[in-house]
Amino acid sequence: MTYPSGTIIRYSAASRINHWITGGCFVLLVLSGLAMFHPMLFFLSNLFGGGQWTRAAHPWIGVVLFISYTGLIIQFWRDEMWTRDDLAWTGAITRVLVNEEDGVPEVARFNAGQKFVFWAMALLVPVLFFSGLVIWEVYFSSYTTIEQQRIAVLIHSLAAIGAIIVWIIHVYAGLWIRGSMRAMTQGYVTPGWAYRHHRKWFTRLAETGSKGPVPRVSHDTPSIRSGS
Amino acid sequence: MADLQSQDYIRRSATTLTPPAARNYEQQVAKLIDVTRCIGCKACQSACMEWNNLRPEVGYFEGSYENPMDLGPEVWTLMRFNEWENEKGDLEWLIRKDGCMHCEDPGCLKACPAPGAIVQYANGIVDFVSDACIGCGYCVKGCPFNIPRISQTDHKSYKCTLCSDRVSVGLEPACVKTCPTGAIMFGTKSDMTDWAQERIKDLKSRGFENAGLYDPPGVSGTHVMYVLHHADKPSIYSDLPEQPHISDFVSFWKGLIKPVALAGLAFTALAGFFHWITVGPNDVQPEDEAEAERLLRSAEKPR
Repeated sequence: MTYPSGTIIRYSAASRINHWITGGCFVLLVLSGLAMFHPMLFFLSNLFGGGQWTRAAHPWIGVVLFISYTGLIIQFWRDEMWTRDDLAWTGAITRVLVNEEDGVPEVARFNAGQKFVFWAMALLVPVLFFSGLVIWEVYFSSYTTIEQQRIAVLIHSLAAIGAIIVWIIHVYAGLWIRGSMRAMTQGYVTPGWAYRHHRKWFTRLAETGSKGPVPRVSHDTPSIRSGS
Repeated sequence: MADLQSQDYIRRSATTLTPPAARNYEQQVAKLIDVTRCIGCKACQSACMEWNNLRPEVGYFEGSYENPMDLGPEVWTLMRFNEWENEKGDLEWLIRKDGCMHCEDPGCLKACPAPGAIVQYANGIVDFVSDACIGCGYCVKGCPFNIPRISQTDHKSYKCTLCSDRVSVGLEPACVKTCPTGAIMFGTKSDMTDWAQERIKDLKSRGFENAGLYDPPGVSGTHVMYVLHHADKPSIYSDLPEQPHISDFVSFWKGLIKPVALAGLAFTALAGFFHWITVGPNDVQPEDEAEAERLLRSAEKPR
């Protein structure tokens, strides 16, 4: 995979494919799920070929998303670990929100907002998956009592609403912070973008002479220049 | 073509609008099952199968008169048998015809997400419109009596229709017509309630002091009612619920959270929009690129 010279790799091709499988499934799940949640949105079931198809397809898409999100967790969990710096960044959130990032504590590969989205979904996706299994009428209705299914469908709805709200925040942040969309579609950002939004990450990359997305560890891998 | 029956709906699942309401002069009907006169002959089960063209798969003898052992997509009514030892140590064989109770406040209809898949006619009958059913099983969760069953063949939900097709042309339900002891009666709800009171008076005079009518107020009454010799203990009749009502989980899921959830989603999206038109996008500035370039160059210097 080639990237324009002078740019920094933000997300590997594998990460991007994984992300967009998850995102595509999520959109389909929101549309089919809301169709079965509120009568005024039942028309969305037409997108899936009618009510029966919506009911049949929704859980299978959920299975794909669950597997796909597990992949995202495996790829990103290290960079998403909560640190003390995140608390300082969160304290300066009002400055971030008005695009005044001068003086805001420097962040590594992901800021506290991104970590919130990541971990909120890491919680909600399994909740949705397992509560969804309980109410997957065709295959699993005989394994639980009706009362358990009532609780599961309520949890499923509440978790879904939570996940959609988190997702709206996530999508808006991607549009608001210019350059993020290209990072997740074409994989790269400019050095200025990295400097502005993820200075600690950028500094580490510069120090280790790495192209990204993660700084090469100098003591077990020869740096680019050591051979020349 | 006008579907005249669609003008008789007083409730329609997953609908936010008022159903057609002009044809408003209709008597409420009820089926009265007098458990005290039932002999357990299952003629009602046969008549139901015959009228509705239902042929469940033949099963196995399970050591009980109950056959088959449960309601199903092709079993809309079922005699349930319970041997109960009363306070005097005598055996009472309690036989109850189980099936949809046609609640005045139907939990299945409240839970259903498919517009028009469950309807309630002006006469009180709750009916499944199979064409619109999506097979999600929400009606099962909404029902306080554990009645609807989802077919594994066509993924549609089924239950007793109270022979809505017969009733709409002035006939009584098939089970009523066939009952040899008059244990199943059909008429207006007020007539059935009056008749039940006479039966209860008679039962009380014969020593069943707790005889009474089962028309549970938790679901605003039902259009299928029982006369019970022990109305103080409905559960001895093969787990007839003591105080049936729509589960609080279902009421919450289908009540408050629907509008609140949509408002929450709309609010979040609008907050984003107003942020966009006030604060606007966060662009990388030329200074950022210059600083980044300087940092990169200093890092490249030989150490």
